[in-house]
Amino acid sequence: MSIILNGHPIIRGQVQGEALVSNEPLSFWGGFDYHTGKIIDQRHPLAGEKAAGRILAVPFTRGSSTTTAVLLEAVKAGTAPAAIITTAPDSFFALASIVADEMYAKPIPLVVLGETEFGQLQTGRWVVVRDDGQLEVKGNRRD
Amino acid sequence: MTIDLSLRDHEMLTGRHGPAPKLAMSIILRMAEFHQVERLLDITQAHIDSSIYMGEAGLEFAERLVDMGARVAVPATLNVSGLDEHHWQEWAVPTDWAKKAYRQMVAYEKMGCRPTWTCAPYQVDLIPKFGQQIAWGESNAIVFANSVIGARTERYPDLLDICAAITGRVPAVGLHLTEHRAGQVLLPLVDIPLELQRDDAFYPVLGHLMGKIARDRIPVIDGFALEPTEDQFKAMGAASASSGTVALFHVVGFTPEAPTLEAAFQGSAPQETVPVTLDTLRAARRELTTANGEKLDMVVLGSPHFSLAEFKQLAPLVAGQHVHPEVKFLVTSSRAMAMLADRAGYLEPLKAFGGQVTVDTCILASPMLPPEIKRLMTNSAKYAYYAPGLLETEITFGSLADCVQSAVEGRVVRDGSLWEGG
Repeated sequence: MSIILNGHPIIRGQVQGEALVSNEPLSFWGGFDYHTGKIIDQRHPLAGEKAAGRILAVPFTRGSSTTTAVLLEAVKAGTAPAAIITTAPDSFFALASIVADEMYAKPIPLVVLGETEFGQLQTGRWVVVRDDGQLEVKGNRRD
Repeated sequence: MTIDLSLRDHEMLTGRHGPAPKLAMSIILRMAEFHQVERLLDITQAHIDSSIYMGEAGLEFAERLVDMGARVAVPATLNVSGLDEHHWQEWAVPTDWAKKAYRQMVAYEKMGCRPTWTCAPYQVDLIPKFGQQIAWGESNAIVFANSVIGARTERYPDLLDICAAITGRVPAVGLHLTEHRAGQVLLPLVDIPLELQRDDAFYPVLGHLMGKIARDRIPVIDGFALEPTEDQFKAMGAASASSGTVALFHVVGFTPEAPTLEAAFQGSAPQETVPVTLDTLRAARRELTTANGEKLDMVVLGSPHFSLAEFKQLAPLVAGQHVHPEVKFLVTSSRAMAMLADRAGYLEPLKAFGGQVTVDTCILASPMLPPEIKRLMTNSAKYAYYAPGLLETEITFGSLADCVQSAVEGRVVRDGSLWEGG
């Protein structure tokens, strides 16, 4: 069974992928290795998980202002998340996506969900991101 | 929504000032649209974090700007780079990596930025004044400028900081505006012993806790018995900008926008009150240590970069002693502070002790540590926070005196007496 969540598109795009979800904010610098696409912050619940190509859902970015540079490297290296979902507009993710667009014409789609809707996301579910910010959350890939 | 552009903004956007201001202005305007604001404002200076070498894309961005003839329109300082420009060969930095990091340093210098190469610019050069509108990168510098100086900056991420410097313009948003600088969450100190408040290690631990509680809100600390020193504020802010997203904090009675509790909250009530007790501080202190046991490979100090005052404090602690043969002892600082410390005679006892000084960079920004270094000790909550993930090392947090004593004994020793009781 799939559910529809209506989000607000910050940077528009149509992608789909497996969700990777946490309520803990994430710094990409010190938290994400763009060579491997994995989350490396040992204090983060998603430590060790691969974020490359997935629909990453974290409430917002924490800490370092180098997060945007790491995300741009990930876009160039092909290890960036397919899309990022947050609970409020996040200026670091927006800037990284805008520069990725200006440099490589590869913006990362960004969607903001209300906290209740965000709470309905689960790691492992298949998520289709639509251009208007609507998300279709499926049980798994074959649904 | 239309954005109110000045004549010069418009000229930059249409390319009349060349391709670099055009690219930079278009990124600034897309961010203004993102923030849904209609107004830009002038900045008087910038601190550029984009100088840290992360990889090919960041270098490509910098060199593309240089090729376009980019020049900063306002005075700009540079954050750490990827290597100690003159001493990187003494460490494990791969030559190929060093060449690229060096190209990135050159690119930002070519744009007219000052080669300060420090994450603590507020102790070195172009120190802003109260109320000044600035565009700063580097999370610890941002929180220091806003909180301790009362200058006004948003959290400028890498790549945007240089666009702000090239155009001299930023979206009028967030912490640039008085109404967004009010405190949101109150952290009253409850029965925190005066002796602990006198100790340097209190501040990074409190900062770590503050970041975890505040997350992305503005915290207000109430109940300090003593005025913290500049370096204590520095350690506290850096910790809170690592464990949380703190870009501004107030300390009632001691930071410029918080003469009173009411002023700190601009007359509103706190959204939440979270008491700080000895118990919660102890838990925060424990979190900063990931290592088990006494084994130690290296002591590292200086995140944010060591100041002249910190070198002065360290000198008598190390005088007449010697680092254990199996342990390294490193201080990371700026070239300016290291030079002043040298002239003041503070480096001599440190060198006699067997300590080393690295400038321009730090262990997190440069792949300088040899792989056999697996167990670190530090008095910096920022190093403690990031080293396990970035360097795959274990780390122990301790006071400055603990760090020196551990380096001498070649094993982790900590005096926890100030943290007991309660």
